[in-house]
Amino acid sequence: MASPADCKYTKEHEWVRLEGETATVGITEFAQQELGDVVFVELPAAGSPVEQGQTFGAVESVKAASDLYAPISGQVLEANAALEDTPDAVNKDPYGAGWMLKVQPADLSELDSLMDAAAYDSYVQGLH
Amino acid sequence: MADSPPKTNGAVATAGLAESGSHGPLNGGRKTPEPLIFEKSVPGRRAGSLPPCDVPRKPVAELIPEAELRTDLSLPEVGELDVVRHFTRLSKLNYSVDAEFYPLGSCTMKYNPKLDENVAALPGFRQLHPLQPEETVQGALRVLYELGQLLGEITGLPGVSAQPVAGAHGEFTGIMMVRAAHIKAGRMRRKVLIPDSAHGTNPATAAMSGYEAVTVGHDRRTGELDFADFKAKLDEDCAAIMITVPNTLGLFERQITEICRLAHDVGCYVYCDGANMNAMVGQVRPGDLGVDLLHINLHKTFAVPHGGGGPGGGAICVTSDLEPFLPAPVVARRENGSYGFDHHRPDSIGRVHGFHGNFNAALRSYTYILSLGKEGLYDVGANAVLNANYLRSKLRQAYPLYVDRICMHEFVLDGRWLREHGLRTLDLAKRLIDYGYHPPTIYFPLIVPEAIMIEPTETESRQTLDAFAGAMLAIAQEAREQPEVLHEAPSSTPIGRLDEVRAARRPDLRWRAGIAGEAAESLSEARHEAAVQGRY
Repeated sequence: MASPADCKYTKEHEWVRLEGETATVGITEFAQQELGDVVFVELPAAGSPVEQGQTFGAVESVKAASDLYAPISGQVLEANAALEDTPDAVNKDPYGAGWMLKVQPADLSELDSLMDAAAYDSYVQGLH
Repeated sequence: MADSPPKTNGAVATAGLAESGSHGPLNGGRKTPEPLIFEKSVPGRRAGSLPPCDVPRKPVAELIPEAELRTDLSLPEVGELDVVRHFTRLSKLNYSVDAEFYPLGSCTMKYNPKLDENVAALPGFRQLHPLQPEETVQGALRVLYELGQLLGEITGLPGVSAQPVAGAHGEFTGIMMVRAAHIKAGRMRRKVLIPDSAHGTNPATAAMSGYEAVTVGHDRRTGELDFADFKAKLDEDCAAIMITVPNTLGLFERQITEICRLAHDVGCYVYCDGANMNAMVGQVRPGDLGVDLLHINLHKTFAVPHGGGGPGGGAICVTSDLEPFLPAPVVARRENGSYGFDHHRPDSIGRVHGFHGNFNAALRSYTYILSLGKEGLYDVGANAVLNANYLRSKLRQAYPLYVDRICMHEFVLDGRWLREHGLRTLDLAKRLIDYGYHPPTIYFPLIVPEAIMIEPTETESRQTLDAFAGAMLAIAQEAREQPEVLHEAPSSTPIGRLDEVRAARRPDLRWRAGIAGEAAESLSEARHEAAVQGRY
């Protein structure tokens, strides 16, 4: 399945989508498949800083707990509170209802260092 | 031993199934589940009759403040025979290494010789109190002192403390000692390097000790530390590298001496996670490789019963340079030949456990080491590696290896091929239960997708390994021909496949009077619905 073209991607399988001034962050379809059923998502509070390439939270599945890496630096505007009760949204709709953070980006040029959908899809292909 | 093609014919499958048949009669294919002791309660039933009271009776309300009195506990009311049968039946449902094979990778579930149990049960040891005067516990102190000497000789690291009570506890003790040594030398450092194949306790230890855990990758081809990545990340801000040898893929880190040399060049300590010491015991001394500190999981390598959460032992072994930082007190041998605790340790990081750690674990390990002797310990490492490679070579054509080369004490299979049949490693693990085997470790190390990690240990016979391989090969055949059998597994246990996702998302951990089975389920559902609606 092709990844959404309106996102940019990290090697750690996070996506970021820029809409106006706000960047939305989540994990990819490949990531949710590898993790299996997500049971808990730990996210930073609004107002926290995030830094590109650094961990901003963690996601736990029945298999493992994995760190989440920020695709872009900035300040957290909102964390997806619905994931507290419905972490399965990350599995069912990773690019939609399973979003994790809305971030006020500090430096939009950071997006240039990320993969576009085509590059990410061939990167994932190489992992199989 | 030459690798031979796996036999996936009917004969092998039958052999595997025959093995499962040897595990006692099954009740219609399934053992009977045992109800909770609460569910056996009958009002007024009791387990004992007390002799007549020989002091004046008082109402309980006069003895205990009213606010502390509870009537809602619903303690089970059962007879003595109810209690005995309940727990005996539960014990028969238990899976233990005394009864079955336990190939749990990274856990070293070897047989624990009964001699060690007999020694630990001697009244002179069993009835000790940790606050007894030193002169009355000379034997126990001598055990701790001599265990330190033995572990020092086995590891080549002469400073030893048996105070830590678990592997992660030993790691934490070690990295706190590293920190103390750097601070004493006036070196402020921030980072600890950790390979991506490490146990999760390593980065946790670094973080708990105030360091930043920096991940070093692995070489996909060799399965060893990515040497270039290591060199790029190693600098004078590194307090230590925590490295597991052999690593969690069961592979020896062939560059370990060079890794130690480069680390020492920048004043970085080398911490070896001794979780996999069983492969090296009697063969290689980590101290000779250049390692500065190492913990030993006494409960793995030196045969203390484990698997139920302890009590374990995480003895820490260090170079003489680091010895002053050991947890206090240390056991010392005095000039007059007596033993005692040395509390005068100004550089010590302090106590890491109440009293002296798990003395009973130390005692079992001491007995184990002395009863095997130097030659016996050499055979432990040699046979652990031989058994793993024998099993690896039997399984490798049905189950691809993540790195296909001679392994040490364990190996990691790559279960991704199961996906072609709509299956996952989890399904294979569940099916093994039907064949009478404890499943291996799965989904670890994290770098291997669908990982299946198998450690047979040195105590298993060739016949056991053959039977286990037969079961694994039979399951590989089932995966291709009747995958639904794996989906439905286990089918021979009192309770079938558990819904692990729901258990993790909505844990229901408490039994409550009057709410059982479906009632509890619908209550939990209703609560969940209410919670979800409240959120939206």
